[in-house]
Amino acid sequence: MAKITYITHDNNKHVIEVQNGLTVMEGAVQNDIPGIDADCGGGMACATCHVYVKEDWFNKLPKKEDGEEDMLDMAFEPKTNSRLSCQIIVSDETDGLEVNIPSKQA
Amino acid sequence: MIKTDALIIGAGPTGLFTAHQLKLIGLDCEVVDNLDKIGGQCIELYPDKPIYDIPAVPECTGKELTNNLINQLKPFDIKFHLNERVEEVKKENDNWLVKTNNGTSFSTPNVIIAGGVGSFEPRRFSPKECEKFENKSLFYSVKDKKIFKGKTVSIFGGGDSALDWAIELSKECSVNLIHRRDEFRGAKATIDKMHQFAKNEKINLFTQYQMSFVKGDQNLESIDIKNDNNEIKNLKTDYVLGFFGLIMQLGPIANWGLNIDKKTIEVDTEKFETNQKGIYAVGDICNYPGKLKLILSGFHEGALAARACFKLARPNEKYRFEFTTSSKTIKERLGVKSD
Repeated sequence: MAKITYITHDNNKHVIEVQNGLTVMEGAVQNDIPGIDADCGGGMACATCHVYVKEDWFNKLPKKEDGEEDMLDMAFEPKTNSRLSCQIIVSDETDGLEVNIPSKQA
Repeated sequence: MIKTDALIIGAGPTGLFTAHQLKLIGLDCEVVDNLDKIGGQCIELYPDKPIYDIPAVPECTGKELTNNLINQLKPFDIKFHLNERVEEVKKENDNWLVKTNNGTSFSTPNVIIAGGVGSFEPRRFSPKECEKFENKSLFYSVKDKKIFKGKTVSIFGGGDSALDWAIELSKECSVNLIHRRDEFRGAKATIDKMHQFAKNEKINLFTQYQMSFVKGDQNLESIDIKNDNNEIKNLKTDYVLGFFGLIMQLGPIANWGLNIDKKTIEVDTEKFETNQKGIYAVGDICNYPGKLKLILSGFHEGALAARACFKLARPNEKYRFEFTTSSKTIKERLGVKSD
């Protein structure tokens, strides 16, 4: 279990205990966190689970695969700290992770 | 007005197999899809990605699956209305009156929504001001490249569409190519060519920049592009092209009086019928307890919805369950010899 903090566009904080092995996207979808659409269901094919990861955490997470950066080209207002939340796997190491959800996904 | 026994919305794998099931049991159907090609998400999102969980097919790509489903429909004559989006579904006596954005209209007792996550639409620029110029001087696809001749065109995106158009239009226009990072994701030969053109100043390349603002009253005058350090450049431009791929939008389906929750439509698991009699939902877009978003589930749902259509399309006949291995009638429909 890891505590993941999802901060929505309107600055609402949702702190969720997410099971290890799930993705940050799944943690959001299963707990009805608004703003993460995940249209393709985690196939890295749609860029609608886009989040911004706080700087200190961004560098701690395992690096992006090539396909993820390609998909982020399609995301709504991507920044240098953008990630697809379907590609971040929850583990003990991600306990305390904070992600910001963009104002929209498309 | 086209009369048909069943209208299928969506030409993805579920829609295609549902068409097959309808034809097998002797019903007509027509198919509408907003994309310009058959295959839905399989062809648009992952044509080359292998799929491993289609029963009896150990491995196939999205494109192969689509081609096989199209081949399976070969014995039948099915009309596809591509590049058309269903806008309106209205009750008229016992039938549904269905209209598309192209003005095609259908009258049918059965509407089967196999719409995936909705219709594919271009991803748009984020600044709101961009809307004002859409389809006038700001486009998400090129219909007639002649309008750009001798003008300045600013192209956004990092994939093949952006690269191809940058190279093509640079012959007769002044081209700015803007992308959010240094790496491009197109074919290597195209990327090399674009860099060559940039070196020879045939293309003005701006990487690590994104659209920030558009300026102009009636006509587009210039755009601001911004990098990650919030440095802004202003570019004079006559036209803007954005190539950020497609996104799925539920679109008009939301207005048809169906029970919708989280972009999916509630159905029963006997007929896959919605809260509206004669409107069914199958595949990724339907929802019921235990729903799995798998292609194989869509096939099952389509097969049952097709049987339900029979009752409304042929109220005076009785549907008889038959196997393709033994039914003479089905074999005639398939155009294969009976033993």
